Amino acid sequence: MIELQHLSKRFLDNVVLDGVDLRVDDGQTVALLGPSGVGKSVLLKHIIGLIKPDSGDVIVDGLHVPLLRRKELAELRSHIGYVFQAGALFDSMSVYENIRLGITDETCYRDDGYCTDRVRECLRLVNLAPEVAQKFPAELSGGMRKRVSISRAIAGKPKYLLYDEPTSGLDPVNADVIDGLIERLQQEIGVTSVVVTHDVRGAFRVADRIALLWQAKIRAVGTSEEILQSKDPAVHQFLERDLEMAVIQSESDDGSHV
Amino acid sequence: MNGVPVALDLRRDVGRWSLRTAGHAGRFTFLLFDMVRGLTEWRIWLPRMVEQAVNTGYGSLFIVLLVSGFAGAVTSLQTGYQFTGQLPLYVAGGVIVESMILELGPVLSGLILAGRIGARYAAELGTMRVTEQIDALESLGRSPISHLLLPRVIAGLFVIPPLIMFADTFGVLVGWVTAKSTLGITDADFVYGARYFFRPLDLWYSLIKSYFFAATVTIIPCYIGYNTQQGAEGVGRSTTAAVVASCVTILLLDTVITKLLLG
Repeated sequence: MIELQHLSKRFLDNVVLDGVDLRVDDGQTVALLGPSGVGKSVLLKHIIGLIKPDSGDVIVDGLHVPLLRRKELAELRSHIGYVFQAGALFDSMSVYENIRLGITDETCYRDDGYCTDRVRECLRLVNLAPEVAQKFPAELSGGMRKRVSISRAIAGKPKYLLYDEPTSGLDPVNADVIDGLIERLQQEIGVTSVVVTHDVRGAFRVADRIALLWQAKIRAVGTSEEILQSKDPAVHQFLERDLEMAVIQSESDDGSHV
Repeated sequence: MNGVPVALDLRRDVGRWSLRTAGHAGRFTFLLFDMVRGLTEWRIWLPRMVEQAVNTGYGSLFIVLLVSGFAGAVTSLQTGYQFTGQLPLYVAGGVIVESMILELGPVLSGLILAGRIGARYAAELGTMRVTEQIDALESLGRSPISHLLLPRVIAGLFVIPPLIMFADTFGVLVGWVTAKSTLGITDADFVYGARYFFRPLDLWYSLIKSYFFAATVTIIPCYIGYNTQQGAEGVGRSTTAAVVASCVTILLLDTVITKLLLG
C-alpha cells in the first residue's frame, strides 16, 4: 500500500504540494490527474524517495520513505518500477543493457541466461520484437522508447509501478497502445500502480480510482463515476477542458489523414 | 540616499554567496564520503573503470604528447636564447630536464586534461542528470556513485599519472633534440647537465603532483556534472565551470605542493 499523509513541498516561494493526502491500496491503479506543472511528477518522486518532503509522510509497504537509510531506500526501490516522462533510457547502452539494469535482484542480474530470457519476456509484454534488444535508444521511435522504459520498469518484477505521463508527447494511436499496455500489465502482473497524467481519457480507461491535483492540493478522489458526478466546479472545469481538447485533437488528426 | 539599499544589496549578495559556497562544500564532502563508501562495490565499478581508463588514457595520449613536445622544444629554444655565451652549454641539459619534470610536464598536461577529460565528464554526467538518467538509476535501487562516478575517478587516477610521466619523458626528448640541432650541444654535455642538476626527489615531486592533478580533473568535473540543473543551458554552464574550476585548482595545488615539497 502507498499512503501520502499531509505531504507538503515548496521550491523557494513556490508551494507545489500543500498537505496532500492520498492512499493507493494493494492491487489498485490510481490515476493522478492535473494540469501541467501542478506538481504531479514531484508527488510521484516523493513516493520513490527522489525528493524529500518539507513536512508530512510517505508510507510505502509500511515503510516511512523519508526516514529510510540509503540501503533501506535502495531495497525498497528495487520493488518499485518507475516509468519516467521522457523515458530516461541510458543512451550509451543498448535496449538489452537498459532492461537488464532493471533486474534488481543481484543474483539474477549476474546470470546471463536469466537476463536474456527476462529481457525477451519484458519486450514481449510490451509488444516489442526480440530484435529491438540490440538497438540503441537513439534508434527507437518515441512510442518504442516509452515501451522500452516500461519494460525496464517491470524487469525487476516490481510490486509497485509508477508512471510519469506515460502517454505525453505521443500521437493518439500510440497513446492508446500505451494505455492498453498499462491495463494489460495490471491484469497480467497485478501490480499496484500510480499513473500521473493530464490525459483524462487515458486516466478513465486505466484507473480504478482517480485523484485530481489542483492548486497544490488533492481536490477530488474517487472512482470514475464519482469523479464524473462531482459537483466541484474545479473538477468540471478540468474534465471539460481536457475532453474538449481531446475532441479537437482527434478531429485534427482525422483531418490530417484525408 | 542610495547608500542604504547598496549596503543591503551587498550584504544580501555576500550572504547568498556564503550560503552557496557552504552548500557546495557540504555536498562535495558528502560526495567524497559516498565515493569512499562506494569502493566496496568493486563488482560494479571495476568493469566500467577499465572501459573508462582505455577511453581516457588512449584518447588523451596524443594531445598530451603533442603539448609536452612543443613545451620541450620551446624551453630548449628559450634556454639557448637566454644562456648562450653566458653559461656553459651543459646547463641547458639541466634546465630543460628540470623544467619539464618539475613544472611544464605535470602542469601543462593537467591543464590540457582538465579541458579534455574534465569537460567530457561534466558534460556526460550533466546530460544524464537533466535527462533524468541519474534519477532512473537511483529509482532502480542502483547507486550513481558506483555506476557513474567511481569508474571515472578511479580510471583517471590510474591513467593520468602515467600520461604525465610520458609527457615528462617526451618533452625532455624533444627538448634534447631541439637543443642538439639549434644550440649545438653534444649528447655528453646534455646528459652531464641533466644529471648534475637532477635529484630523485624531482621525479617523486612530479609523480605526487600528477596524482593530485588527476584527482582534480576527475573529482571536480564529476561533482559539478552530477549536480547540474536546468537543461541544456545548465549542461553548458557545468562544463565551463568544471574546466575553469579544475584549471584554477591545478594552479593553486601547484603552488601549495611546490611550497610544501620544495619550498
